[in-house]
Amino acid sequence: MLINKIKYKFATLVLCLSSLSLQMSSASEVASDVEFEVSGNIALEQRYFFKEGLYTQQLNHYQASVSVEPEFYWQWNDGNDSVIFTPFYRLDAQDNNRSHGDIRELAYIHARDDWELRVGFRKEFWGVTEFQHLVDVINQTDGVEDFDGEDKLGQQMINLSLVKEWGIVDVFVLPGSRERTFAGNEGRLRTPIVVDENNVSYESSAGQQHVDFAVRWAHSLGDFDLGAYWFHGTNRDPYLTTSTETRVTSLTRYSLKQHYSQMDQLGIDVQATLGDWLWKFESIYRDTSLEDFWATQAGFEYTFIGIFDTNSDLGLLIEHSWDSRGEVELGKQGSLLQNDLFLGARLALNDMQSSELLMGISSDLDHNAFSFLIEASSRFGDNFTVSFDLRLLQSNDPSDLLYSLSRDDHAQLSVAYYF
Amino acid sequence: MFTKKILISVVSALSLTLVGNVSLALTLAEQKGLDISIEAKKRDMGWQDNTADMMMLLRNQQGQESIREIKMKSLEIQNDGDKSLTIFNKPRDVKGTAFLSFSHPVEADEQWLFLPALKRVKRISSRNKSGPFMGSEFAFEDLSSFEVEKYTYKFLAEESLNEVKMFKVEQYPVDENSGYTRRVVWLDTQEYRVYKIDFYDRKNSLLKTLSFMDYKQYLTKHWRADKQEMINHQNGKSTELQWSNYAFKTGLSDGDFNRNSLKRAR
Repeated sequence: MLINKIKYKFATLVLCLSSLSLQMSSASEVASDVEFEVSGNIALEQRYFFKEGLYTQQLNHYQASVSVEPEFYWQWNDGNDSVIFTPFYRLDAQDNNRSHGDIRELAYIHARDDWELRVGFRKEFWGVTEFQHLVDVINQTDGVEDFDGEDKLGQQMINLSLVKEWGIVDVFVLPGSRERTFAGNEGRLRTPIVVDENNVSYESSAGQQHVDFAVRWAHSLGDFDLGAYWFHGTNRDPYLTTSTETRVTSLTRYSLKQHYSQMDQLGIDVQATLGDWLWKFESIYRDTSLEDFWATQAGFEYTFIGIFDTNSDLGLLIEHSWDSRGEVELGKQGSLLQNDLFLGARLALNDMQSSELLMGISSDLDHNAFSFLIEASSRFGDNFTVSFDLRLLQSNDPSDLLYSLSRDDHAQLSVAYYF
Repeated sequence: MFTKKILISVVSALSLTLVGNVSLALTLAEQKGLDISIEAKKRDMGWQDNTADMMMLLRNQQGQESIREIKMKSLEIQNDGDKSLTIFNKPRDVKGTAFLSFSHPVEADEQWLFLPALKRVKRISSRNKSGPFMGSEFAFEDLSSFEVEKYTYKFLAEESLNEVKMFKVEQYPVDENSGYTRRVVWLDTQEYRVYKIDFYDRKNSLLKTLSFMDYKQYLTKHWRADKQEMINHQNGKSTELQWSNYAFKTGLSDGDFNRNSLKRAR
């Protein structure tokens, strides 16, 4: 009797196990359709500022940091459905504000032959020029990352992309926006008065949650690549105004308050690719409750292929910035790039290590202000890259915004491991 | 006297047009070279689309190696050059970089590059045909699709290569941006498969030799070599290509070759 009972129990156990294994095998069949991939990079960065800061709280010479940016990627349905997750974190030894994290991407993408739906945190880049990304408007700048403004914070969005005979139309609904990041008290490469991260106002009563909208058309017609868009919503460039805050200790503290206005912006970008010449043009018209203005960035890039009988290519770049607001005055609105000229030379060795050298000079034609930069990078082994950057910023005029950065000349060395 | 003069001028004009005709027409060797290339192209037509994985092994003179891992998707376009999508997986720092190309037999190709760090799609100049691809010994033009119109031809000889009977044809690039004055190509007389190419640089000296190995036939029609080896005679470097996972008629369409597919290419 007892043995029978045990036998019975054993039989049910076997049955349960086998049905479980059956379920597991069918689950693994489904799982095998989902492809998963991890990649990313870890980077060490050391900055050296040649002079001590203009302001006493600023770090002296050395700024060290480490950053990590893994990418998790799942795809199924032959890659027509995918999920991407790219968190980012930087730990900075000197500037508290620069120690920060972000979700660069966390998005689901569904692709069909002539349309695509993208939902989540993403990065969307628009534009053709190199020295200023005027028409690029969707993502907020991660200003504390680097001073070129090319690092962006992830932007929450619903984006429907339609592929038509006459071009690609992208419709964006952006529920809420991100606040720009700024260097803290200890940080270099900042405004004379620190931007207060907690003193932020919005023009819209919905505040940071204002739902923005954008529609963009992009098309290639022979040698021409064209783009045009309309953006309606929160201006990603905050207006900074001085604010005083009297503490209990009756000490007055000055800081910059951020105000995010609403804006309508029209933008166009054109590139003509004619043989060795790339002609580039970007223009925006921005309308906010405080001002409206036009701005352009235009220039060309010419490449000499195989210079001096080697495999190296040398590209020459010239661009000019113009802004209808004219010169910026301290504490007033305007543009840093109202009449600026950029000259650049890019040398690509086309070697096994993909070694590249970029040199650039920018000059404010209305001021005695210029900046000089060198960016060099190369690969070591199969997984390491080393890059060296040198930035020299010169301004003699205290009314020029660049003046606050005039003691921030620095060199930067970074080593990245890619996996 | 007068009529004689007319006669002479008529005769000389006639002979001029005759000579003109002869110089415009192809010589027998040129015609045969062209015919072989047309036949080679014809025998491979109708593949519609294909996907394949490519591994590139770069070797320098010291024997140091570096690996490139690349996925290729191509779409056959009737009466025009092919469309292709090239996706980089290794080295890791360029992972996610993708390259879209609409090639044309005579006009400039249209090319776009996707840079994943900035999420930027960049239209690039297609003039750089002679430059190295990913630091390898392959130039961009060595990896672009073969179109009959890209060359003029001259049949040189029939000769044996590894005991296989071959056509030896000389090809002269039409495009002035090509890095070569000529290529000498060996194709087998049975299946018109390319077995070897000698590349001559702009100074007309031997620069590189490309060998094709381990041919396999797909869909009982299309021959593809599993292995290609490029040896640079001038700098002693070499690059080996290993192909795997060849698939044909996978159902790719125009929609798989635009800016959107470039951005999400894996």
